[in-house]
Amino acid sequence: MSSNTDFLLSIEDLTVSFDGFKAIEGLAFYMDKNEMRVVIGPNGAGKTTLLDLICGKTRATEGSIKFKGKELTRMSEHRIVWEGVGRKFQNPSIYEGLTVFDNLEASYPRGRGVFGALAFKRDEEVIQRIHQVAREIQLDDKLEQEAGLLSHGQKQWLEIGMLLIQDPELLLLDEPVAGMSLSERLETAELLKAIAKGRSVVVIEHDMEFVKSLGGKVTVLHQGKILAEGSMDALQQDKRVIDVYLGH
Amino acid sequence: MIKLPGFLHGRHGGLAGILILAAILMIVMPAMLDLYRLNLAGRYLTYAFVAVGLVLCWGYGGILSLGQGIFFGVGGYAMAMFLKLEASDPESTRIQTTPGIPDFMDWNRITELPWFWVPFNSLTFTIIAVLVLPAAFAFVIGYAMFKRRVSGVYFAIITQALAVVLTILIVGQQGYTGGINGITDLRTLKGWDIRDDSAQYLLYYLNATLLIGCVLLGRWVLNGKYGRILTALRDREDRVRFSGYDVANFKVFIFCLAAFMSGIGGAMFTLQVGFMSPSFVGIVPSIEFVIFAAVGGRLSLLGGVYGALLVSYAKTMFAEAYPQLWQVMIGAVFILVVLVLPYGLASVYQRYGKRAVAKLKGSRHPGDTPTPPAASVVPGARRDATAKAGSALPHDSVTEGRP
Amino acid sequence: MGGFSAQDLTAIFVMQGFAGLSFFSVLLLMALGLAIIYGQMRVINMAHGEFMVIGAYATYLLTSALRHLPGGLDVSVFLAIPVAFLAAFVVGYFIEWLLIRHLYHRPLDTLLATWGLALIMQQGFRSAFGAREVSVPVPDWLRGSYRPTMMIDIPLNGLAIMLLTVLVTVAVWWFLYRSRWGLRVRCTTANREMSGAVGINTKRVDRMTFAIGCGIAGIAGAAFTTISSTGPTSGSLYIVDTFLVVVFGGAGSLVGTIASAFSIAQAQSIMEFFMGGSMAKVLTLLTVIGILLLRPEGLVASKVRR
Repeated sequence: MSSNTDFLLSIEDLTVSFDGFKAIEGLAFYMDKNEMRVVIGPNGAGKTTLLDLICGKTRATEGSIKFKGKELTRMSEHRIVWEGVGRKFQNPSIYEGLTVFDNLEASYPRGRGVFGALAFKRDEEVIQRIHQVAREIQLDDKLEQEAGLLSHGQKQWLEIGMLLIQDPELLLLDEPVAGMSLSERLETAELLKAIAKGRSVVVIEHDMEFVKSLGGKVTVLHQGKILAEGSMDALQQDKRVIDVYLGH
Repeated sequence: MIKLPGFLHGRHGGLAGILILAAILMIVMPAMLDLYRLNLAGRYLTYAFVAVGLVLCWGYGGILSLGQGIFFGVGGYAMAMFLKLEASDPESTRIQTTPGIPDFMDWNRITELPWFWVPFNSLTFTIIAVLVLPAAFAFVIGYAMFKRRVSGVYFAIITQALAVVLTILIVGQQGYTGGINGITDLRTLKGWDIRDDSAQYLLYYLNATLLIGCVLLGRWVLNGKYGRILTALRDREDRVRFSGYDVANFKVFIFCLAAFMSGIGGAMFTLQVGFMSPSFVGIVPSIEFVIFAAVGGRLSLLGGVYGALLVSYAKTMFAEAYPQLWQVMIGAVFILVVLVLPYGLASVYQRYGKRAVAKLKGSRHPGDTPTPPAASVVPGARRDATAKAGSALPHDSVTEGRP
Repeated sequence: MGGFSAQDLTAIFVMQGFAGLSFFSVLLLMALGLAIIYGQMRVINMAHGEFMVIGAYATYLLTSALRHLPGGLDVSVFLAIPVAFLAAFVVGYFIEWLLIRHLYHRPLDTLLATWGLALIMQQGFRSAFGAREVSVPVPDWLRGSYRPTMMIDIPLNGLAIMLLTVLVTVAVWWFLYRSRWGLRVRCTTANREMSGAVGINTKRVDRMTFAIGCGIAGIAGAAFTTISSTGPTSGSLYIVDTFLVVVFGGAGSLVGTIASAFSIAQAQSIMEFFMGGSMAKVLTLLTVIGILLLRPEGLVASKVRR
């Protein structure tokens, strides 16, 4: 298994069981640097659980998750973030009472300890970086607005922005376009493609058009195992994938 | 305009609010009240330390502790032990079987000063103990619980049980603690008569100064990034955790800070009142501290001070005249505050008072919180003097507790 | 434990064990009600002890009324249980309507509000029954004790309470897991919106559940009168222990609640013999807290895929 170190993320023999029910079973999953990967699959296939396992929200029953050669399965959640893994939740998870600016600042990767946070100063560097990220997520004109008043799509972008400001090497996005309008989806696809330059991204998605527009390799999960892996075009011809997920 | 340091203006109670409080405490009350009443007010203000701590850890951090009496007690007992030892010199205790130890020990046939009393012969040690012990206790409790993700309701119940444990210990081990009567007859501090008129005034001013210091400290903590993370984790703990923060440490810190303030309050209580007893440690006082913060406004540091003053004053007034009615009244206050005014008197001020002040001045104070646009959109949205719109409304999903 | 022979120790353990059973029964009955209420609607009922006291006072009133009739005392023992249940049930039903229903989804706030309610209820008891504790006479046939050996002496009323507790526990189990009502309750607990959507009147379920929880506390009160006299603040002495029982057992688990009530009551009762009541309580509480820190989900955890 010496080749593991070549991958950014390598997951092997991963199993997690909830009271006997195996949500993920014997999973192997590898990702290269700068790769865009889409994970699809029917409900209950274990897609969200997979992301939970990588970021430490759920603990593996067996198996290993190596990120840049480091074992994540026993690392605490915030350490995993420090290693460079960013996680976006399915429902927009932002601080509704704070402004967009404060939301981004709260994720700024300095002053992460208690005393660091107490001593934190909003200097020019912080402000510059926040403006830069805000431009990327197209919220630079809404910095002083309260985050709770943003539209659904803007909230999703803000959460992505809160991850971007930490400049993670691996981004885990759980259904980033759920509940978005068509035009928002197109914009989000562009945003994700721009983000993917220089980092690896895992996206869980149900919308096949959106998956296609992202390009990249697709992994199909089914009942906690990998059913198939490959390009979207190839998968659309795969009988097993059609049977369990895509439909005829 | 003169540029003030960041923590003197901004969101958590304007500078004006603190100046008004200082004026009330330092000038109005000493001028208007006789010494007896002033001493009483000083006693209420020692509770305000606890209330300010609760605003920080309960209001902003979402951590409801029903055991703040523990820390008030630790601070108070530490100070009482020193004063008691000073009062128990061999000369004045010569009629005892064992002179030189506190009277209650002698009554309980203890013939030697217990080891944990010995260091309290030193004033320096005592002051350090008052400042460090409550926070150290809180650190042990908080670290054990928050690292295991015990929070919300479970945390409240466990801290309450700990308050019970400490009370039973104090009452049960009366040879070491003075039992149910507590530690009494405290008169001098390094020979200085603390019951003397001028001493009472001095202690009152010391108390008020320390309290305002605590409010300023609380403001400084809340105004920085730490404060925003604290509020954020109250509402969206997972998002904070997966933004790379060790959530437990943030909670431990604010819990320790609250305990630190409570401990100072306890020590000042002992100094001003001249005794300390388990009736300020257990469940009942602990939950009363919470109601002070709730009445004043759980999101307002200044509200905590006014809440402690008002409720305690009402308690003294009514409990003396109609003890039965008082219990019903305080019960009703608990219910009404929760039902009608969850953000306390501070939210009333925010809704009506602030508008009136702004009208008087003709323009908005630059340091004021801009009224969030949500105010007109969300019907019945409650907010208070110190927090911005949404952050004033904690999501209760996080308060449930278990991992 | 020097100074005790093995035989002494056995006798001590058996007797203290049986003495602990009465305490266990009251704790368990209290905890059952509390666990149902918390499990169902996330309401922390700090006034639960006061509902127990309602049951105790109801028992007291009943026996006071009937004791002068021939055989009245014997009848009242059996009548006391439904009467205590009903008294606490009715008050609980009313309180839910008046107060609790406004506080769903705010568990920490229910804690404060019900604390206020407890204060008011205590004062109510004091005004109605006086500050002095009252005790309920026990019929002669419950007063004796069972002596299997020379050294062991087991009071009959303890056994009677035990029997009562078993019956109530079985009834609760049947109610929750076998009855139509229980199904609705469990549905509402699992998914409130969905239950509403499929036609369950969740408001009614809440009110009934709260009232039944209070009613069970009332039964605990009837049991309580046989081991202690009742005063306005009797309930508040039990509330902390009861909460720890629920938390320690793992909220929402009947088996866990029984196991934790049993271990807490027995630990307390047996240690009491060796070190006195207050230190036994301190040690018991600290042990429970210690275990909870190691295992925050309680004795029996329910696993849910999150």
